[in-house]
Amino acid sequence: MDLLIQGLNKLLGQVWPDWAVVLLAMVIVITLIFVMAPLTFMLLTWVLRKGIGRFADRMGPNRTGLGRFNKERTRQRWPLWGLLQPIADGVKMFTKEDITPDKGDKWLHRIAPVAAIVPAMLVFAVIPFGKNLLGVDLNVGVVYVVAVSSISTLALLIAGWSSNNKYSLLGAMRTAAQMVSYEVPMALSLVVPVLFAGSLSLNQIVQGQASWLGLRWYIFYFPLGTLAFFTYFISALAEVNHTPFDLPEADSEIVAGYVTEYSGMKFALFFMGEFMNQFLVCAFATVLFLGGWQGPGVQLGGVLGYLFSVFWFFLKTFSLYLVMLWIRGTWPRLRVDQLMNFAWKRLVPITLGNVLVSGVAVIVLSLLKK
Amino acid sequence: MEQNLALYLAFFALAGLTLASALAVVALRNLLHSALALALAFIGVAGLYFLLQAEFLAVVQILLYVGAVTILIVFAIMLTRRLMQQQLFQFTGKWWLAAPLALLLMALIGPVVWSTSWLLRPKEAVPANATAALGEKLMTTYALPFEIASVLLLVALVGAIVVAWPQRDRLPVVEELERKVAQARAGWGKGEGNPAGREGSAEDVGGEEQETRKKGQRER
Repeated sequence: MDLLIQGLNKLLGQVWPDWAVVLLAMVIVITLIFVMAPLTFMLLTWVLRKGIGRFADRMGPNRTGLGRFNKERTRQRWPLWGLLQPIADGVKMFTKEDITPDKGDKWLHRIAPVAAIVPAMLVFAVIPFGKNLLGVDLNVGVVYVVAVSSISTLALLIAGWSSNNKYSLLGAMRTAAQMVSYEVPMALSLVVPVLFAGSLSLNQIVQGQASWLGLRWYIFYFPLGTLAFFTYFISALAEVNHTPFDLPEADSEIVAGYVTEYSGMKFALFFMGEFMNQFLVCAFATVLFLGGWQGPGVQLGGVLGYLFSVFWFFLKTFSLYLVMLWIRGTWPRLRVDQLMNFAWKRLVPITLGNVLVSGVAVIVLSLLKK
Repeated sequence: MEQNLALYLAFFALAGLTLASALAVVALRNLLHSALALALAFIGVAGLYFLLQAEFLAVVQILLYVGAVTILIVFAIMLTRRLMQQQLFQFTGKWWLAAPLALLLMALIGPVVWSTSWLLRPKEAVPANATAALGEKLMTTYALPFEIASVLLLVALVGAIVVAWPQRDRLPVVEELERKVAQARAGWGKGEGNPAGREGSAEDVGGEEQETRKKGQRER
């Protein structure tokens, strides 16, 4: 946003007072986030449906979208790519009847989807999407992301409770227990890149990974950085209720978990929150371990450098998302007790040991440099 | 000048949010709503920390209070059936005892609050990397309170596990049940016995089982 303020100052500095420029910059950034987040969500639903379809040896949606519709009744009648399918899904969500359970807590039932999606939007503001292209450069960016994501657990609990449904409540409690349990190894594995970079600010962490051929990315700091990346990825998969940790919302297990009694736009909000969380988890892993927007061509000045940085960032994030999709299409899911066992008995000791060894390594290396 | 105005606006908005939520905590009739209003109050306090340029403290406040303590409270409320079935009245009949005590407390705290000069901004300049300075102080000057806090948390963790250890709750019931099953089995093994006695013991075991199941459900 500082970049935006500078640019706006050049344009309007003489005419408008300072505070108006700052306010305008804030409004522009907020609008950008509000526009970009749902667009990302729509793109991700398309990628998901086509991708899972291909993993299941079928085509995925091919009745909408671009492409040439073949009038002959051959086998190749529907070569469309399904790109308008997310819009069709959106229209469907908008026009479905909105049901609020009669005996449940009506206000909590309405607030829960909002409370589930606000933390996701809040995290969008601190991720660096390109060279110096981030909403706010917080000094404590890493802790901010972890803290704000933990608010969505409360939203899920409220959703399950206000539905006045045994299965919803059970699903919500299991989800909350899972999310709270996996926050510990997630936060611990985030300590490792912070130790390497020496700062909690996301921009500084990305700039600390500037290197040729990407050799300085924290994932390549073998074995500490690599282990931290894998433990972070696994814990983050559990945080966003993604396979193989999606027991709380698996259809065959508990109806639909905490979203059982939600329909129409409220369900769409939950769905959107989940996808945005998945995207944000990939983006966060890219920023912390894969060098963020670093890549060849970023050193060029002017607009080209910025464009390259945005390109590299999205390339890396979407590659991670494709890995998540791959996992979703191929792996079975863990049982609830296996899940909790895995978190507390395996991941927490591993991440704790990782933090210990990383701390010692950083100190030893800094002493050796002197 | 505009910065001061913005500061005042932000402060009063956050303070208003915190106070309104705190009032809602004690005044709402539904206990779960009170817990959620408490979460809102925590967020307001975190905002005030942000105003005071204590960013690390603010995010840790959100992480711990809203992300952990509130969830703990909500779990405790949800798992205690008695609390959720009735709407609790926050006003009991003994206001003639409570009001003087509350006024006394206000008379003690009030002058302290009024006579302090509260700052909207920190007096000295906050170091550029406040988190690093905080970490250093925690490890050098305040190392002892840090370690004591860790030991306290460990004690709480071990205590919670000991309290929730499953054997305690099930032990007498399981013992009795096993005893009855052994008796019934011994009765079947003898063969003749009186049908009344055998039926009695079998029914007894069945009844005990049902009772145990009911008890277990109630406990859960």
